[in-house]
Amino acid sequence: MYIFDTIMNRMRRGCQTMPYPKGPAPALPDRHGGALRLDASACPAGCAECIAACPVSAITREPGQAARLDLGRCLFCGDCVEACPGGAITRTGDHRLAVRRREDLILGEPGKEELRLAAALDGKMKSLLGRSLRLRQVSAGGCGACEADINVLGTIGWDLGRFGIQYVASPRHADGVLITGPVTKGMELALQKTWEAVPEPRIAIALGACAISGGPFVGHPQHNDGAASVIPIDLYIPGCPPHPLTILDGFLRLLDRLPAHNR
Amino acid sequence: MNTLAPFFQFPNASRISWASVPVFSVTKLVRLTGEMLESGARLCSWFGVPEHDGTILVAVLAMDAESTLAVARSEPVGGSYPSLTPKHPQAHLFEREVWEQHGLVPVGHPWLKPVRHTYGNAPANAPFYRVDGGEVHEVAVGPVHAGVIEPGHFRFQCAGEEVLHLEIALGYQHRGVEEALANGPHRATMSQVEAVAGDTTIAHATAHASVLEALGGVEAPLRAQWLRAIALELERLANHTGDMGALALDVAFLPTSAACGKIRGDFLNLTALLCGNRFGRGLIRPGGCRHDLEEDRLQTLVQRLKVHMDDVEQAMAWFWDAASVRVRFRNVGVVHPSQASDIGLVGPAARACGLVRDVRFDHPAGWHRFSHSPVAVWPSGDIFARARVRSLEVQRSGRYLFEQLAAPVDGDTSTALPAPQPESMVVALVEGWRGEVCHVALTDHFGRFRRYKITDPSFHNWTGLALSLRGTAISDFPICNKSFNLSYCGFDL
Repeated sequence: MYIFDTIMNRMRRGCQTMPYPKGPAPALPDRHGGALRLDASACPAGCAECIAACPVSAITREPGQAARLDLGRCLFCGDCVEACPGGAITRTGDHRLAVRRREDLILGEPGKEELRLAAALDGKMKSLLGRSLRLRQVSAGGCGACEADINVLGTIGWDLGRFGIQYVASPRHADGVLITGPVTKGMELALQKTWEAVPEPRIAIALGACAISGGPFVGHPQHNDGAASVIPIDLYIPGCPPHPLTILDGFLRLLDRLPAHNR
Repeated sequence: MNTLAPFFQFPNASRISWASVPVFSVTKLVRLTGEMLESGARLCSWFGVPEHDGTILVAVLAMDAESTLAVARSEPVGGSYPSLTPKHPQAHLFEREVWEQHGLVPVGHPWLKPVRHTYGNAPANAPFYRVDGGEVHEVAVGPVHAGVIEPGHFRFQCAGEEVLHLEIALGYQHRGVEEALANGPHRATMSQVEAVAGDTTIAHATAHASVLEALGGVEAPLRAQWLRAIALELERLANHTGDMGALALDVAFLPTSAACGKIRGDFLNLTALLCGNRFGRGLIRPGGCRHDLEEDRLQTLVQRLKVHMDDVEQAMAWFWDAASVRVRFRNVGVVHPSQASDIGLVGPAARACGLVRDVRFDHPAGWHRFSHSPVAVWPSGDIFARARVRSLEVQRSGRYLFEQLAAPVDGDTSTALPAPQPESMVVALVEGWRGEVCHVALTDHFGRFRRYKITDPSFHNWTGLALSLRGTAISDFPICNKSFNLSYCGFDL
């Protein structure tokens, strides 16, 4: 009986995979602020309200200098947006957050009010990985939320497989590693060995505030404050955790698979 | 209860003064704790507090039938004390942890080795339990597992396909959570608590908020308590649905697997509707909740919840309708009720062994003082039971949510939070989707956290997974593991 029911239900439900990226991106929840923007020229003189509000010291301000916001550290809690009296820090609602260089996540200086989105892989790497990317995911000390949303991309709603991107069990089958967590002392060796077992050429992606900078536990001695101190990183996807749409955007941006209207 | 008399009794999420916690010699504390465990109490937590050159041992017990918690402590001790574990296995990891953190040796502990700390490049796990014999072989897995999952190391001792013993070594995710929380609360405390276990954000955040509210001598407004209860059930729905999908996948029953993977995301999106974050980050703050559920948002939530509940009930109906699924789950990965009670299982894993344990019911605090769903129990202790309890809880959580959303509570969402009172202790239990989340805070004379002890339900339950494998084929490991779905980071802290 259940076979008949299953088939009927399957037909009734139709295709559940979202049209993105050919169609429009699904809307972020209204309370999800997306990327942040910092216009340091709007900072009231001598103000440090945002610095006091930030749980992870993502905002700094040297005397006489403009405020700087590091989106690699940011947990996107929005406390700074609420605290800022000058409206210098705002939410953009933009899901696009992935960058190629760590410094591209640092906002504040004139012309750098927003992060500088990732450029695609070039030449040979793009021709090698652009249509088929296999990733070995290494969970290295996070809370498991990044992993959960990495898994979500594999479900029928997102169907990551349609882009030729897959998570694989063995680093020998992989083109790169996808790292979450701040890389605890306990996972350092395992991450190194996994990385070394991936055949060259290979890429590394740091996903989430922990893997980029240490996250909520930044500065604590039991970990490495992110993956970059262990292996070289080719793509940073910030967030705590990043929304699945942000993760997918990062992958597709790296592989140059985003249609022009969704770049 | 007369047997309780020597311990200080108090209800969940209430403040007591540290001075009122009775002090015994360590030998007497162990003896009294043992007696209470024999009379039906459960060990919620057992930890050390450094004092001068020694360590104070603290025992936190739950008497579920009386809805009462009980606490006592030892005089400062150094060196060693008689172990509780030989008679009361539920203490075994706590004693190993105290030994690792404070150097106190539990004399008579049968398997004393580190729990999570790192010496050099990998957690120091000491020798593994080993079975010898011509037909015996060993299978080692991890720390990097095959899927997208947190790290741990499993050692199976097998005779052919049969698993004689499984030893689980964790600690790879150890981030130093308790060290980070010490001397708090500070600016990062709430974000750190929300990241104790990412999929249990609401339960851990609620426990921490309750701790600070009790320490400050205030109660969160009822509307905030109501919102927290709603968020807690949304968290349970998302995770239980994900687990049902994962179980379906591992027995190759793809319709349910495909559907549940998506519906899990739908439930996460309902939490995001509430607070912007799919895991509930930023919703709960000491003193109340940061976001409200306005009327139009509530209506959207109800409408979407109806659709997702219909979907998940349909997906589970296919699953339970399939004889191939039922037969695959029956009598596999059995934990007997007596074992479950000995090792102190909590949450759905305990309820799947017929144990009636649910903090929402046994130790009601917050909104659960007014309203809770029935406790879902199944007696058989196998994978079938663990899956069945989950699907019952999915139904009941859905119904609970509709009831709550139909009768919103008016009022503010937060209240001013006074500074924590000094020299005090609070124990907060919350029934997370995996089971009992326990936060214990002890303040110094400035009102800062002198000790902040977190016990994730996984700490009680990993041993259950190890026991469930005994005598089972190693090929049953994936479904056994999924049926528990325990947290690595919540354990490793």
